[in-house]
Amino acid sequence: MGIPVHDVLIVGGGGAGLRAAIAIGEEFPDLSIGVVSKVYPMRSHTVSAEGGAAGVIKPNDSLDDHCYDTISGADWLADQDAVEAFVNEAPKELIQLEHWGCPWSREPDGSVAVRPFGGMKIRRTWFAADKTGFHMLHALFQTSLRYKPVVRYDEFFVTKLLVNDGRCQGVTAIEIRTGEVHAIGGKSVILCTGGAGRIFPFTTNAAIKNGDGMALAYRAGVPLKDMEFVQYHPTGLPGTGILITEAARGEGGVLLNKDGYRYLQDYELGEALPLDSPDHPRLRAMELGPRDRLSQAFVKEQERGRTIQGKYGDYVHLDLRHLGQKKIDKQIPFVRDTAKNYIGIDPVYEPIPVRPVVHYMMGGVDTDIDGATSLPGLFAAGECACVSINGANRLGSNSLTELLVFGRRAARVAAGFAIENPAVDEDAIRKQAAEEEERIRSCFLERTGGSETIADIRTDLNTTLDKGAGIYRNEGALKETCATVLELKKRFGEIQLTDRTRTFNTELQNALELEFMLDAGEALAFSAVARTESRGSHQRTDHPERNDEDFLKHSLAYRTDGEPRIDYKDVVITRWPPGERVYGKR
Amino acid sequence: MASASAATQVLEVFRYSPEQDPEPHFQSYEVPFHDDWVVLDALNHIKDRMDWSLTHRWSCRMGVCGSCGMMVNGEAKLTCAAFLRDYYPKPIRVEPLTGFPVLRDLVINMDDFMEKLVQVKSWLIPKEPRELSQGEYRQSPAELARYKQFSMCINCMLCYAACPVYALHTDFIGPAAIALAQRYNLDSRDAGEQQRAEAIQADEGVWECTFVGECSKVCPKDVDPAGAIQQAKMAGAIDWYKALLPRGKG
Repeated sequence: MGIPVHDVLIVGGGGAGLRAAIAIGEEFPDLSIGVVSKVYPMRSHTVSAEGGAAGVIKPNDSLDDHCYDTISGADWLADQDAVEAFVNEAPKELIQLEHWGCPWSREPDGSVAVRPFGGMKIRRTWFAADKTGFHMLHALFQTSLRYKPVVRYDEFFVTKLLVNDGRCQGVTAIEIRTGEVHAIGGKSVILCTGGAGRIFPFTTNAAIKNGDGMALAYRAGVPLKDMEFVQYHPTGLPGTGILITEAARGEGGVLLNKDGYRYLQDYELGEALPLDSPDHPRLRAMELGPRDRLSQAFVKEQERGRTIQGKYGDYVHLDLRHLGQKKIDKQIPFVRDTAKNYIGIDPVYEPIPVRPVVHYMMGGVDTDIDGATSLPGLFAAGECACVSINGANRLGSNSLTELLVFGRRAARVAAGFAIENPAVDEDAIRKQAAEEEERIRSCFLERTGGSETIADIRTDLNTTLDKGAGIYRNEGALKETCATVLELKKRFGEIQLTDRTRTFNTELQNALELEFMLDAGEALAFSAVARTESRGSHQRTDHPERNDEDFLKHSLAYRTDGEPRIDYKDVVITRWPPGERVYGKR
Repeated sequence: MASASAATQVLEVFRYSPEQDPEPHFQSYEVPFHDDWVVLDALNHIKDRMDWSLTHRWSCRMGVCGSCGMMVNGEAKLTCAAFLRDYYPKPIRVEPLTGFPVLRDLVINMDDFMEKLVQVKSWLIPKEPRELSQGEYRQSPAELARYKQFSMCINCMLCYAACPVYALHTDFIGPAAIALAQRYNLDSRDAGEQQRAEAIQADEGVWECTFVGECSKVCPKDVDPAGAIQQAKMAGAIDWYKALLPRGKG
């Protein structure tokens, strides 16, 4: 019996995956496209993005300004050729999405509106109220329905990349509904699986963000790049980690400590202008500083005993009251709904308790500027990839645009690869898929005598990463985390499942996801211990300075049978030599 | 309100595993009661700590991905937004959304809706195609406001579970798909109304909808699918009358 084979097979149906699928549908209408997603595409985590998508559109803005903000925001670890390509294509992609119906918020004259965002010195963030990711994802998904060559595999969970003859030629996927294991061929494969926030205990990320694509590539010998750089968003709700968008600060919201004081002014982020000043909120200053610096300021403030103690750890206040109900309801209605529903606080009348929360992985599958990895036929785009435009700290509202720009770039090159290369060796990959099915059966479904549970290992992984690889790190704690992750991988070998049925077996899926998370966590911890400097989101209390001499480099984590091997490659510098990151200056 | 940490709450959960159960049954679980827990937290607690075989969909846990819709004490709800405290101390009955085939436990089969989205052409059919170099279509805030609420649909299927027509005829295109069709019909950039009308008005279900409005009541995002259906009917009726008018005057 034949197996399904596509010219281009896309793993993941979020923003990057759907943009890639549409790009091929539009530009290569003769190619067949498969989109494999473990959830229905409109459930993908792009849906949760709130604040906006950056792209230069207004006459007062310039491409160079967007480049500079991104590169300095990244603490110079971004590849500048990639940033230039990104910034250049960003406005076209956002306009394209507008042509596909995305309900961007508008100015009175009918042009798209832009709002300020952290670390950006000019307003350039396009938005659809405060549900930008939701609207982008639905616009992309609904647009993708028009393209007949797009074949969707909804609720198929990919467990392995099939590599034959030195080329990625497909995937093994469990059809969740039936439990059947399939080989699906692809002359080229694009990973668009998103981030891995769930490896941490406190995250804005959805349940499905388990580092799937990162681990798939890592296991196939592709290095994971810059995995030590983890973004903490400064404003998550304590307890749940539900995100309160940066747009709340873009609209003028401020952060207050327990004394009602705008503490960011004590952390080299500029002066606190009065709330009624026409210059408030100031761009690239105070509440509109970059996320890494704001999250770090929280920890310092906590050490000084000036945060507020709560049931779910310390917090500070995000105060929106001065914006007034009208503005809140128009510009950030979801913030109000969310705060009211989940913590019973109406931000029109009360400040919102917030604390830093794991939000985004700057690192990911090492790709070039076109999404190509070191494995022929394998591409990656979106959060699971590391091009890198985000370097050591991503700027808010660059990631939604990144999905579009690099989803399309990867799609074009992957399509070219599919056209130029010979057919998939169906027999070979079917055989590999059968082996993978056997592994799933013997290690999980039919295994007896194991002593470990998914929940215990997951909790221990969360705890050790939180302890060792949080906002501030040091060698001792990181070494302990590295050892613990290796130990957890051993314990995973003793996992015992209870559900032996095939239909919608989410226990099996959760176990395989945990295995992905362990790989992502391993690459993260070992990359972090090796980087003995502080840069962007990676702050080492034992190495507090940035060290361009030794570390103006991307780290590359390669999987081995033991500890990962860490290597480095140079950052691409074009026009912006490394400099000091300055915020808050007039 | 419970004070001691020993407070618990009982969930009676619909269970059905097609490989094991000749028919569905309910299973009771006693979970810790927390003031700030939602039904989804309780289900996840059961899955992690009590019974790994319990099967449900969830993802964002913040009311935007649309995965975790279920019947909670007979009402269609997003379980990430249904707080235990609103039911405590009475038991909570959790069932899959009604009107859909059950795949397992709380997981429904929603293939039907995915096809209906295609049937109603829920994508922009441009009035005037536009090159990227021409920039964005101009759309005033007032034009945006005309369709905005219909664009808020998260495809959570609560409206289908609440719809008395869909309960009887699953071929009814149904509230969310019609709302999404209307979302594009009302968009100033779109010219696809006629094409969508063919699918919607050929559907007898539209005419059976008696404007009970259950769909709009259960919508967690304040979309008004009932309103969309009435608008579609109105457009259909006008087309029907227009067809009777002498040529050139319609």
